[in-house]
Amino acid sequence: MQVTQWSEALSSWLMGLGLPGWAAIFLVYAVGSFILINYGMLSVLLLIWITRKAISRIQDRIGPNRVGKYGLLQTVADAAKLLSKEDITPYEADKIAYNLSPVLSVFGVLMLLAVIPFAPGLTGVDLNVAALYVVALGSIGIMAALMAGWGSNNKYALLAGFRVVAQLLSYEIPLVLAILTVVLLTGSMRFGQIVELQSLHIAGFNLGLGWLGIVMPGALIVFFVSSLAEAELTPFDLLEAESELIAGFHIEYSGMKFAMFFLAQFLNAWILAAVAVTLFLGGWQGPGVGLPVIGPLLGLGYFMIKVYGIYVLQQWIRGTFPRIRIDQMMYFAWKVLVPLMIGLIVAQAIIQKLPTPVAVQYVLIFIANVGVMAVVAYVLQKYFREEQMRTKRSFEPTSLIGSMQVSEKGTMY
Amino acid sequence: MQLPLGIEVPIPTFEQFVFIQVALLTAVAGLAVVISRNLFHSALALTLTFFGVAGVYVFLEAEFLAVSQVLVYVGAIAMLIAFAIMLTRSMMYGRTSPLNNQWGKSSLFAFLFFVALLAFARATPWPAAGEEVVADEALIGALGREFVTNYVIAFEVLGLLLLVALVGAVLLARDR
Repeated sequence: MQVTQWSEALSSWLMGLGLPGWAAIFLVYAVGSFILINYGMLSVLLLIWITRKAISRIQDRIGPNRVGKYGLLQTVADAAKLLSKEDITPYEADKIAYNLSPVLSVFGVLMLLAVIPFAPGLTGVDLNVAALYVVALGSIGIMAALMAGWGSNNKYALLAGFRVVAQLLSYEIPLVLAILTVVLLTGSMRFGQIVELQSLHIAGFNLGLGWLGIVMPGALIVFFVSSLAEAELTPFDLLEAESELIAGFHIEYSGMKFAMFFLAQFLNAWILAAVAVTLFLGGWQGPGVGLPVIGPLLGLGYFMIKVYGIYVLQQWIRGTFPRIRIDQMMYFAWKVLVPLMIGLIVAQAIIQKLPTPVAVQYVLIFIANVGVMAVVAYVLQKYFREEQMRTKRSFEPTSLIGSMQVSEKGTMY
Repeated sequence: MQLPLGIEVPIPTFEQFVFIQVALLTAVAGLAVVISRNLFHSALALTLTFFGVAGVYVFLEAEFLAVSQVLVYVGAIAMLIAFAIMLTRSMMYGRTSPLNNQWGKSSLFAFLFFVALLAFARATPWPAAGEEVVADEALIGALGREFVTNYVIAFEVLGLLLLVALVGAVLLARDR
């Protein structure tokens, strides 16, 4: 049973009760968005728990284990604590920007849930420009961070606000280009259709393993790295670098407003994982989704497994990677990712115009992607080697040579 | 609906009702851009105006244009304006007056411009009403095809302009 049929059945039932057409449709959409938004809000409890447990294990700790089974209700207790905290408005804060910002940041993220295809037929709205919509609504999050940074009347928050714009706008470009490769290959920006095309039929049975990530691993990796930057996760968490900026643009926030920023951040990471799965890892596709009754349920299961898998991968990176400097961050976006994605798109456009069968084109695209990854790896390795040399040189005691002995190997006594 | 003085008030349909809300939001936000005393609030109101215009595009069933509007205007232009205001500190804290000694003349010209626009809008035969339009993804495809066929020169010149702007920015920001 498709969910679109459910909504049609519900709206026709409501019209049967004597409601005018527009009111029935309005009510059905209201119910749908109510369910979707509440799902998003409640799933954050689970996401925060996963993050805490994963990072605890990486750091050789146990993590929360007192409230509820396996500490599952720890976040509920934390939310109750945050609700009871005093709500502070800093001196001379810009009241409009300060109070609007947490609301906007959650709003921008929740709007994205509308286009995510959870299972066959289970999607809020199958927008014909969904791929672009995801990127466009990301700008609301940037605006919210900027408003928070400016409205708090705090110089650290303001500095973080500048960093937000620099980082998120820079990484939006490789993100869009990576999405563009998928749009170029599938010829559609509709998420439903992109997922449909990733099936693999063998002898009439839908194996569901024609994932685009297999054909274009380079674009997948660029998308994943950019989404880490967009979600402000660890290698790119300059926005809340505790040692430099205290906590980023939300220093001055307390209580529920602070919680809203955190909710938006965790949900954003999850949604970007969901978009990565939809575009590159087949969405709800998997063995047996074409079956009549259990197919959609299987699809929902596959989708959730993939998305939470990516989410755990994000947390794994968060727990193990060091933070990069701001100049390295900008270097990586503009001098590595953007040129490579542009090269990849040009290569793919040429390959798709070649008079060869589709299978040959896929193989050629795969080869182009592997080439891209090789170039990224080469550039990074060369850059970090140079960087290492420069750091070593700057620590060499040039002015104190007389007072210190330097061995032949370069180590100091 | 009949009002006491015999004035006929048409009841709006649901779509008209939502459209009135979007249009009001756009107009009020546009007014706030001009009359706000705080320059940063003007920038925020401008963002809201851009959203309102995107909403109007949605009513015209041009989702692609609406999303592009949000992507380009909210995501880039409004952000840059806010950024520029934040970097100019004296403007940021000083409560500047929205009026200067030319407000009388400029409001006159603004009114004349509005009259001219109204005249053009009434004179133009709009093709939209009741006609079959290219919808959905075919629209995006048709748009792309127009860009590389009929409007290819404009498209290329715009690309060149952006390139020049980019090179200029790099030149200005370069260490010497």
